Amino acid sequence: MTHIELRGVQKWFGSNQVIKDMNLEIADGEFIVMLGQSGCGKTTTLRAIAGLETIDEGDILIDGKAVQHLKCSDRDIAMVFQSFSLYPHMSVYENIAFPLRATGLSKTDIDKSVREVAGVLRITDLLQRKPSALSGGDMQRVAIGRALVRQPKAMLMDEPIGALDAKLREEMRAEIKRLHVKQGSTTVYVTHDQVEAMSLADRIVIMHEGVLQQVGTPEEVYAHPENLFVAQFVGSPVMNIAEASVSDEGGTVRVRIDPKDAGFEFPRELVSRLNGHASGGLSVGIRPEGVLVSHEAAPGYVPLEAHIIEPLGSHDIVDLQVGEGMIRARTPSGFVPKVGEKVHARIDPAQAHFFDTASGKSLGIRL
Amino acid sequence: MASMAMTTLDPQSRAARRGWSDLTIRNMFIIPTIVFLIVFNIFPLLYSLGYSFTDFRASTNAPANFVGLANYKALLNDPFIWRNFAITAKYVIVSVAGQVVVGFGVAMLLNRSIPFKGFITTLLLLPMMLSMAVVGLFWKLLYDPSFGIINYAFGLDRFEWLSDPDVALYAVAITDIWMWSPFVMLLSLAGLSAVPKHLYEAAAIDRAGPFYTFFRITLPLVAPILMIAIIFRTMEAFKTFDLAYILTSQPTTEVISIRLYKMAFQEWQTGMSCALAYIMLIMVVAITNIYVKYLNKVKER
Repeated sequence: MTHIELRGVQKWFGSNQVIKDMNLEIADGEFIVMLGQSGCGKTTTLRAIAGLETIDEGDILIDGKAVQHLKCSDRDIAMVFQSFSLYPHMSVYENIAFPLRATGLSKTDIDKSVREVAGVLRITDLLQRKPSALSGGDMQRVAIGRALVRQPKAMLMDEPIGALDAKLREEMRAEIKRLHVKQGSTTVYVTHDQVEAMSLADRIVIMHEGVLQQVGTPEEVYAHPENLFVAQFVGSPVMNIAEASVSDEGGTVRVRIDPKDAGFEFPRELVSRLNGHASGGLSVGIRPEGVLVSHEAAPGYVPLEAHIIEPLGSHDIVDLQVGEGMIRARTPSGFVPKVGEKVHARIDPAQAHFFDTASGKSLGIRL
Repeated sequence: MASMAMTTLDPQSRAARRGWSDLTIRNMFIIPTIVFLIVFNIFPLLYSLGYSFTDFRASTNAPANFVGLANYKALLNDPFIWRNFAITAKYVIVSVAGQVVVGFGVAMLLNRSIPFKGFITTLLLLPMMLSMAVVGLFWKLLYDPSFGIINYAFGLDRFEWLSDPDVALYAVAITDIWMWSPFVMLLSLAGLSAVPKHLYEAAAIDRAGPFYTFFRITLPLVAPILMIAIIFRTMEAFKTFDLAYILTSQPTTEVISIRLYKMAFQEWQTGMSCALAYIMLIMVVAITNIYVKYLNKVKER
């Protein structure tokens, strides 16, 4: 049973604040993914939990006990590094046995644990090899094995599969998920890859410039981004965001991205809901799947020209020109046969997000 | 065959005007060196091998007589020669071990960010740059029983470092350690800074204590480069002559090189001393080979 809590954690590198008042609770057995661009403070936070980095203010609690002044070795936390960090002069067996030998366990116990972990990770055949004779995926399996073997209170993973190629990354992602389901250890995983984050996490923690942006399940952060940063960071292709104006034209509410274009029709209640909000200007966000495209003109649909078509096999991503800007729509593959074609599009009001442009905060309006 | 490697010279160049090819130029650079090597290294080496089988004495006009392996037999049966070898072995072990401990220790201390690190490192390297003879004379003064600063500093009164037969060899070794520890330090420092930092982080996460980390991570990873330092220092220490010769003339400090020098240039047993020189050469090569074998084993990863 391991419960990790960060309370008001602050960290400076010189005059540069890399963690700004971080508060986070991680429940026992939870798989938390910290997501953000490089330099956002996610790795520093992870290293602070591990004890490789000191913090300047706040508390880090493991099972209710403040550990920020303890050495890594006294926190009983395992970590998997992006660079694998295998000991190059030791065999796979010795690498996995290292944390057990370091604490002076008996030979037979070590042997049993190492073989068990190697079995789980399917690397029993590789035990006598040196790390330099392993593939990237196997190296990371060994690194994970070294972390698992001591049955730590929690596992920390710092972009563990970031250095692997795309196909292997997908395989290892599934394997990490499988292991977590099997072992159920509390895990904090750092990545900049939102696909990894979405597929692995129980909850995602999104960070930007040292500030925690949003914490939530993958569904929550995808469907209810709390601000413009989260909205644009999560989801691929990126959510369409545009400054918009709302006008009531004889009973029809229209949202205009470009003053010259016809405007997308929205339900009437939008006007009353918007009243008083969005003092800093209004931005509307819509994911590509929220842009509905049709060949025929229909009420509420706006004629737009296809500018770029990206065929992705299962579906296409089509860039439609709206005034000077673009709006990306997800269409069935081959729906728009070629560039330059006119199609009719509208925004699904139920999938539209509204943000205050100046503060970036979501207005929380769902229609 | 040689002409295949020939490249065209710039026709405007002086060499081309003189009708030289690039091979001619190459030979002009290489041949003097090769001649020098043959005359001063290879020829004496082979010539002395020949002498080692004779009773030649450079001090007389008597012709050299071939005596077969008699010189070698006599030397290897001579208990005094074996005593010289024993002294040499003791000296090599004390001196090299001391240099490794001091050099590696200082390297560990320097392998972190400290102010004036570059300056301190340079200062520590100075002894290595002095001439052996200068170091010898200078330590003779330091060790002096009546006015030497060492006795004064340690309050040893009139302790006789260089004339006490039991201590003299250690005194020579201490001087050698002072002079050559920086060499071991320099190589160790290079080895230590090449150990990736993330391995230490991984070890810290794996709950390894400082000693465990040192013996299981640091030392094995620095071992190859440390071995190279040890090979060099062993070879040098085995051949030590000047330092021991200048500092003291105790029979207990008569390392094999001094015995060889006396045999060749004081007793004029030229043939015999050539044989001894060959015995020494074979020993150094053998010891070095053992090290190199071990080094290759260490490097295997």
